[in-house]
Amino acid sequence: MKKSEHEWKSNGLPALVTVGPVAVILVFLVVLPLMYVAVMSFCSIDSYYNVVYKFTLKNYAQLADPDYIHIYLQSILIALLTTVICVLVAYPFAYLIARTKSRNKNLLYMLVIIPFWTNSLIRIYGWRTFLGTNGWLNNALIKLHIISEPLDMLFNRGTTVLGMVYCLIPFMVLPLYSSFEKLDVNLLEASADLGATKLKTLKEIIIPLTADGIFSGGIMIFIPCLGYFFVSDILGGGNADVIGNLIERQFQSGNNWPLGSALSIILIIITLLLVKAYQKIGGSMESLAL
Amino acid sequence: MTDIVELKKVNKVFGTNHVVSDLDLSVKEGEFLTLLGSSGCGKTTTLRMVAGFEEPTSGSIMVEGEAVGNKEPFERNVNTVFQSYALFPHMTIYDNIAYSLKMKKVKKSDIAQRVGEMLEMVQLQGYENRYPTQLSGGQKQRVAIARALINRPRVLLLDEPLGALDMKLRKQMQLELKRLQKKLNITFIYVTHDQEEAMTMSDRIGIMHDGILDQLGTPSEIYEHPATRFVATFIGETNIFDGAIHRINNNMASIDIENGLITGQSDGSFEEGDYIAVSVRPEKMKLSKVQVEGFSLEGVVKDFIYIGSVMKCIVALQNGNEIRMERLAGETLPGIGEKVYPYWDAQSAVLVHTKADTVFKTIENAPLAV
Ligand SMILES: Nc1ncnc2c1ncn2[C@@H]1O[C@H](COP(=O)(O)OP(=O)(O)OP(=O)(O)O)[C@@H](O)[C@H]1O
Ligand SMILES: [Mg+2]
Repeated sequence: MKKSEHEWKSNGLPALVTVGPVAVILVFLVVLPLMYVAVMSFCSIDSYYNVVYKFTLKNYAQLADPDYIHIYLQSILIALLTTVICVLVAYPFAYLIARTKSRNKNLLYMLVIIPFWTNSLIRIYGWRTFLGTNGWLNNALIKLHIISEPLDMLFNRGTTVLGMVYCLIPFMVLPLYSSFEKLDVNLLEASADLGATKLKTLKEIIIPLTADGIFSGGIMIFIPCLGYFFVSDILGGGNADVIGNLIERQFQSGNNWPLGSALSIILIIITLLLVKAYQKIGGSMESLAL
Repeated sequence: MTDIVELKKVNKVFGTNHVVSDLDLSVKEGEFLTLLGSSGCGKTTTLRMVAGFEEPTSGSIMVEGEAVGNKEPFERNVNTVFQSYALFPHMTIYDNIAYSLKMKKVKKSDIAQRVGEMLEMVQLQGYENRYPTQLSGGQKQRVAIARALINRPRVLLLDEPLGALDMKLRKQMQLELKRLQKKLNITFIYVTHDQEEAMTMSDRIGIMHDGILDQLGTPSEIYEHPATRFVATFIGETNIFDGAIHRINNNMASIDIENGLITGQSDGSFEEGDYIAVSVRPEKMKLSKVQVEGFSLEGVVKDFIYIGSVMKCIVALQNGNEIRMERLAGETLPGIGEKVYPYWDAQSAVLVHTKADTVFKTIENAPLAV
């Protein structure tokens, strides 16, 4: 990053040539679509679902609908649970990878990375097959005579959170791993030397010094959770909708783009506020770029 | 004085690497003991075993007369000053120093008082609220020392604590450390590979070499009476001659070396035919214009170097090796290129046992003087 910046400067091209193409791409792929969504959010539809380009705040007023508020709260609950579970699972795992020497380290690292490379939709469908009433897990449990009737495991908040954790956990493992790599072993020894038990060292030294990893992982998990509609679609079956489901429905079956746009704007604002809060507690933007 | 730390037949093996071999070491209460040796000889490993970060492969370690084998680091009444300081970067200087008292749940007001005392002791009043990154190397070092001492340990382990400091600060910190140690009457086990530091600070020095403790003694014992060839070459400048004892007469040993004969005083532990190394310090070397009885070394004066009150003289021997000697400036000396006969008083030479292969190896590679 630093190095390439330096090279850019040293080859002395005029700013227009270097920044120009990037600016064009940004305008077409980010700025214009965003403006389109913003404008759309102040429009309305007529009874034939055609967009009427006339300023209105109707969409935003509609966002306060109690049904919607229920889903906002549910989204936040799902995102929080997912983030907390990801921290609890990823923390010891990242520690293990960072402390493992030899070839096993790469193996562990690959275990995290490889699922990253396969389509998450397919993997989520995999869970559905696995957990369904006629799925592998139920069949196996029945064969083992642990249960007699298949369990109803799909289509609730729990399975949705499971799917979210499964999709997003690499985003927690990787920043935590790099935090642990930076952690000086001497500090842990010094802590023990000064009378701290292992638990105290965890609380006083390890957690504070890896907090940046927890925060950047947390933000990279919490935000997508609000929008990952396909997970709650496939595993939640309408019982665990997140804000993403609301937006998707307006653009697809609801055919109400202005309302969908207003919801999108709200999601973007929430995202910006969260990132702002993250920066406020000292998180760096670079550690969000994996 | 009783032994406060005792290592008995301690061994440490990493994989196939035998890092510490049969180490016996007793440290007396209140003494300043230094482990000195070249890089990789096992000093840090030894210290880490005493602190409890590393478990000995075999052997026992006692602290205050109690075996500590099963004790975790936080249960041992020893503290460590790390070479890298290992200050907690997310805590202020105050919190760093107070850490061990907080772990012990000491009352807040007592903590404040004792941290204050420590800051005064290391002359860092007013720095309480800074973070470690806002301090210079020397200041960090003082914080590390204050942090390790606040719990009033009986033994303080210091692993090259001054290694990262520049020369001037180093000298100053050496004095300060020594003063602290005397004042608090705490046993210091100090690791360094700077022999001058070891000589000026220590009550006793242990010289380590490939995981073996070659010699343990006061600085002057080690300098005057090195127990092994390694110790002789490691401490201070010296001239080494490898050879075998030709004859002993009234404790006077005449020694055959590569192409000559030299004389040294035997302490009775040598026999005719023993392979030995003879170490003669530069300041003990003498020159003669005619051959001296008992010596058949012959050389040519190659160079003089004035260093203040002394003058270094380099004499090239017939086989090409060089002897270094120190003479007081103002002495009348032969000129460069003159033929001279180096010799010394028999009691100035130190004889140490070696193995036969040392002699043959040195004769093959770099015979006579080192
Ligand atoms: N955890 C470890 N695993 C494997 N080998 C180790 C370990 N720690 C030390 N060693 C090896 O043990 C030997 C002695 O190391 P040690 O750190 O004790 O040396 P030292 O005398 O302190 O050297 P220095 O003056 O360079 O600090 C070295 O060869 C080192 O590579
Ligand atoms: Mg070391």
